[in-house]
Amino acid sequence: MNWSSAFIGVTAPLLIDNIDTDQIIPSREMKTISKKGLKKGLFANWQYVYAKRKKIGLNKDFILNKKEFSHSSILLSGKNFGCGSSREHAVWALIDFGIKVVIAESFGRIFKNNCARNGLLTIELTRMQIEYINKLIKKSTNNNLIEIHLRRKMVITSDNKKFAFNIDPFVMGILLKGQDFIENTLLKEKVIDSFLKKDKIKRSWAHL
Amino acid sequence: MPLTLFEKIWNSHRIIEGKNQPDLIYIDRIFLHERTGSFALKSLKERDLSVKNPKHVFATMDHIIDTFPGRGDETLMPGGKKFITTMRYLAKEFNITLFDIDDPRHGISHLISAEQGITLPGSIVTCPDSHTCTLGALGAIGWGVGSSDCEHALATTTLSGIKPKQMKVTFNGKLNEGVNPKDMMLHLIEKYSASGGSGYAIEFSGDTIHMMPIENRFTLCNMAVEFSAFTGIIAPDQKVFKYLKDRPYSPTNNWSENIKHWKCLASDDDAVFDKYIEINASDIYPSVTWGLSPEESIPINGKIPRANNLTNHEKNKDMASTLEYMGLKNGQSLMGLPIDAAFIGSCTNARLTDLRSAAKILKNNKISPNIKAICTPGSADVKKQAEQEGIDKIFEDAGFQWREPGCSLCFYAGGEGFLPQQRVITSTNRNFRGRQGNGVRSHLASPVTVAASAIAGKIVPPQTITKQ
Repeated sequence: MNWSSAFIGVTAPLLIDNIDTDQIIPSREMKTISKKGLKKGLFANWQYVYAKRKKIGLNKDFILNKKEFSHSSILLSGKNFGCGSSREHAVWALIDFGIKVVIAESFGRIFKNNCARNGLLTIELTRMQIEYINKLIKKSTNNNLIEIHLRRKMVITSDNKKFAFNIDPFVMGILLKGQDFIENTLLKEKVIDSFLKKDKIKRSWAHL
Repeated sequence: MPLTLFEKIWNSHRIIEGKNQPDLIYIDRIFLHERTGSFALKSLKERDLSVKNPKHVFATMDHIIDTFPGRGDETLMPGGKKFITTMRYLAKEFNITLFDIDDPRHGISHLISAEQGITLPGSIVTCPDSHTCTLGALGAIGWGVGSSDCEHALATTTLSGIKPKQMKVTFNGKLNEGVNPKDMMLHLIEKYSASGGSGYAIEFSGDTIHMMPIENRFTLCNMAVEFSAFTGIIAPDQKVFKYLKDRPYSPTNNWSENIKHWKCLASDDDAVFDKYIEINASDIYPSVTWGLSPEESIPINGKIPRANNLTNHEKNKDMASTLEYMGLKNGQSLMGLPIDAAFIGSCTNARLTDLRSAAKILKNNKISPNIKAICTPGSADVKKQAEQEGIDKIFEDAGFQWREPGCSLCFYAGGEGFLPQQRVITSTNRNFRGRQGNGVRSHLASPVTVAASAIAGKIVPPQTITKQ
């Protein structure tokens, strides 16, 4: 994902507070040790219709199953999105579906970190701004295209309203440069090792 | 400058100060489990990276394995065996200590990390699991992360993060009869919302906490993540030092010197927190959740709030769909609501103290017919000790299944869930939609409330049974 230029995507509103990572992908859908193919389990409780415990078809009423939203790349949600379990599968499932940005009032801490590590952009807007976008899209699905400028830290709605957002400069750098977290830290290995040397003396009880 | 307990530990682990960027923090111990740990190790291997200090890395099987007696690598979880065998193979390859299924030290990661003396006061421990905060009960920072951050910790012995804001939650006074730490957390979260702790590390303090046995403190810290906190922590005291002495991985040298050091970790008297919450213990009653978030709870003798009492329009909409899912109505009381199943287990409430207190209620009683009741002790050690005390017999005689340790029905672990629309009273931590199986209606409660309700066949407070 190249974040240096503007990104325009279809936005799906899912305006529920506290959407937890069990909702984003239930445990039973995490079947393989692979990050690929997880979109099948994305929002599985909502994506499918069940009889007893068996899936019997797609839930036509679920927003991401609707034709106008089936290619969504931006998700719009409420407070505390991604709370709960630390499962990174939630992020991988969103990415596998094609989601590039989640806009919400606030995020679960671990989920937000997991997004940054995987190049998924999380944007916090106010309740009023989120409801404005939601109303706009409800009025007409033609309004579901939203423009995101990471460099300018700006969300632009289809009626050209501009909403500024804040982003951790560290995360912004990582997204823009596509830096690898681990490689980045391994460059500092000398500093880490000299800390360790001193710490082994200072806190010998902590070292096995 | 006066510092909080959390700040003292954080600062002593800071390798690089980030200024406006995250700090680079040294991590003392890493714990893995087969669901997310296998991912992290596999990814390291694919990238040809090594585990920097395998001596400080431990692993268990808890998330995928089932809890049936005589279990092996096969589980009902589709594709589950692969997670288990991969974890085993990679632990060996990376030279990591694995507490495998048949190991007497086996159990849920957060329980055995304490039981084995792997987590120590003043240390920072991580695990690709949100309930790592449980270990704050020992005066450590339990830092829950995702798989990528875990991989980072494995490869570098560090994590990067911005120091969270500081919150002090004080509980003072004596707890009412039948009130358990679970009720304390449900009360806190109901009052201040499921995102009330967002951005904060929380120190639990006050005389209620000081008087509390160590095992109960784990329950308190465990639920910090349900409050959206970075973590929960309690200043280490004599109870903690006594608990940790002579544990397999506890330090053997200079014990009294270590205690001296750990005692200094308490927050300075004049330390400044960014937020304070004070709760009077006598305001807390045995509670149960009615909705799909831990913030949606009421005292058992209370009533579900009416939608027209809530001001936020969107909240009303959520409430209608929540109540529809739960098969409940506005203003309804939960007292006497019939249940189909009861579960005692999980990293929240499956320690010896929990099982003992539930056994006290179950003794010489039978659960209501037609109820499925399951108990999974949190670790092999808890199970063994409980069996030595005859607790297993009490559970079984009452009609409970007595299982092997693991995460079990907290979230469909081992591929096992309850049936759609079944109403379950559960000692676990999350009443999320479908968490215990598609369409399942979960009501969080303390293990004593679960035990009492299982006997009654309906939701009742624990005193109902003890008073009989």
